[in-house]
Amino acid sequence: MIDIRNLTIQLPGFAVTDINLHVRRGEFFTLIGPTGSGKTLVLESLAGLAPKGTGSMLVHGRDISKLPPERRKVSLVYQDHSLFPHLTVLDNVTYGQRYHGIDTRTGKREAHDLLERLGLSRVANRKPDRLSGGEKQRVSIARALACHPRVLLLDEPMSSLDPQFRAELRQTLKELHRDTGLTILMVTHDFVDALTLADRAAVIRNGRLEQAGDVTDIFRQPATPFVAEFVGMANVLPACFHNGQCSFAGHTVSLDRKPDWNEGYVAFRPEDILVSQTNRFPEDWCTLRGAVTRIDRIGFHWTAQIKCDDQTVTAAVDQLTALEHSAKNNMVHLGIAKPHLHFMPPQRTAA
Amino acid sequence: MASTSTAYQGGSVLRGLPSSLFKLWFLGSSVLILLFIAAPLASTIAAPTWERFVETLVDPAVIQSIWLSMSTSGMAALIALVFGTPLAYILARYEFPGKKVVESIIDLPIMIPHPVVGISLLSLTGRDTWFGTFISDLGIEIMGTTTGIVSVLVFVGLPFYVNTVKGGIESIPPRLENVSRSLGAGRGNTFFRVTLPLSWRYMLVGMIMCMARAISEFGAIIIVAYHPMTAPVLMYERFTAYGLGWSQPVAVILILVSMLFFLLLRAFSLPKRSGV
Repeated sequence: MIDIRNLTIQLPGFAVTDINLHVRRGEFFTLIGPTGSGKTLVLESLAGLAPKGTGSMLVHGRDISKLPPERRKVSLVYQDHSLFPHLTVLDNVTYGQRYHGIDTRTGKREAHDLLERLGLSRVANRKPDRLSGGEKQRVSIARALACHPRVLLLDEPMSSLDPQFRAELRQTLKELHRDTGLTILMVTHDFVDALTLADRAAVIRNGRLEQAGDVTDIFRQPATPFVAEFVGMANVLPACFHNGQCSFAGHTVSLDRKPDWNEGYVAFRPEDILVSQTNRFPEDWCTLRGAVTRIDRIGFHWTAQIKCDDQTVTAAVDQLTALEHSAKNNMVHLGIAKPHLHFMPPQRTAA
Repeated sequence: MASTSTAYQGGSVLRGLPSSLFKLWFLGSSVLILLFIAAPLASTIAAPTWERFVETLVDPAVIQSIWLSMSTSGMAALIALVFGTPLAYILARYEFPGKKVVESIIDLPIMIPHPVVGISLLSLTGRDTWFGTFISDLGIEIMGTTTGIVSVLVFVGLPFYVNTVKGGIESIPPRLENVSRSLGAGRGNTFFRVTLPLSWRYMLVGMIMCMARAISEFGAIIIVAYHPMTAPVLMYERFTAYGLGWSQPVAVILILVSMLFFLLLRAFSLPKRSGV
């Protein structure tokens, strides 16, 4: 269990402010945020490697805030692997065991077991410079696990890997967590990592937490416009709320519940929009009308920029629709099922 | 508009620079610099007659002075290694108020005139100062002793050691040390198991630089210890007493011994070819 209470760290030109995080024992928790949001600083602070701040940090009920890094029993895996270049893979993995009361023979046996489990046995005697990116990252995870940490901290472990290694490592981490039941705190800027691996997550921005909770809740009901955009709701549009109705993009939707704010946002995902020449959508759907201003191809997918009244909506479209509307200013109808619309007040912070 | 036009013209001048002229400049300058260093040394090496060279080679005073130069310089490099490494580490790894001042103090021995080094050391250790009395009570004499020579050489050589090792440690990612500590190793264990194995080549190069600087020291040594004579002092003495012809063979021997020694150290400090 990790309990971070009111953590504030002031650095020249940057600060993380009043961070409160609770990670349950055996949980896979992700801290998500863009580059420079302070997520690595929180992780390093937990490992005792950041400048001291105020607040407290408890791991399994023990206050570790004042302990030096080597006594925290918190192992850290960096995104750039940080393997000791002068040691072989096996020596890297056994490096920290002596400080945790693990004798050489047991340590070597455990290290070999770990390497086998992670598919690294054949590279045990290699130096890090002769490993692939995926192998390096798995070695650094094995090295961290070999010390029997109370908590495993992962700093964007996937970010420096090629896509094929990334998927492989996600699977490895998932299996490791399932088999060991270890408490894992991972920071990432990729929401897909969080969705794939974590039970719960928190979103951090400019050194402050924006939202914390179940990953699906964050995905479905983002608390702020920033979180909405971060989790892939490319359409975050300013909206007016009045008499139980919400107006945006030249359209008004009646709401099931009357919100207690007048100005706010509506957010929805591009893939939840249906684009059609005709307005044949179910009656309870929200429908918009607009002109296609741009079609973009992103790999095998297409998106259309559609100007509805004075706001622009991004919609995912199939290849046929993309070809049909490649000419500019084609008028189209957009249909969005109401449950896919998410309404937000102008500013809200996580409780 | 005017600035755009100027920039364009500048670009066209650069574009118009023939690559052969560029190559000539680079190669010509490099050869010139090498000749500038090598020619006077070569003429010194070629100057003495074989008989005089052999005569000098077996002269006990010459052998003794070269040994004294090498041994005191080696000692200075060892002292720099033991005492300079922690400072180099602190400067490489930490930011603190007054860091620039500390770095300037380290660089001072490079800038100040060499006799001033000797004079400063003598003023500090003179009998009329409490420090001088203190070390004298401990049986340490500076004036005219090997201890005095080593002190001077440490003084002038330290900047070269500290700056080289500082640069070396800076090139090692601090994250490696962070990981080591998160794996349970304390500061000391991390230093000896991670930092030292990754920076020993820089330390060796630093020692070579320090020693090289120390072997060539003359101005500060003649103030602190004219006797026992180091090789540069002996050369100076032979030059003033007997002339150029008698100082040249000593110079040749010192050049040859130093070159051989540094070549060996350089070869030893070169990294192994990776990827083999």
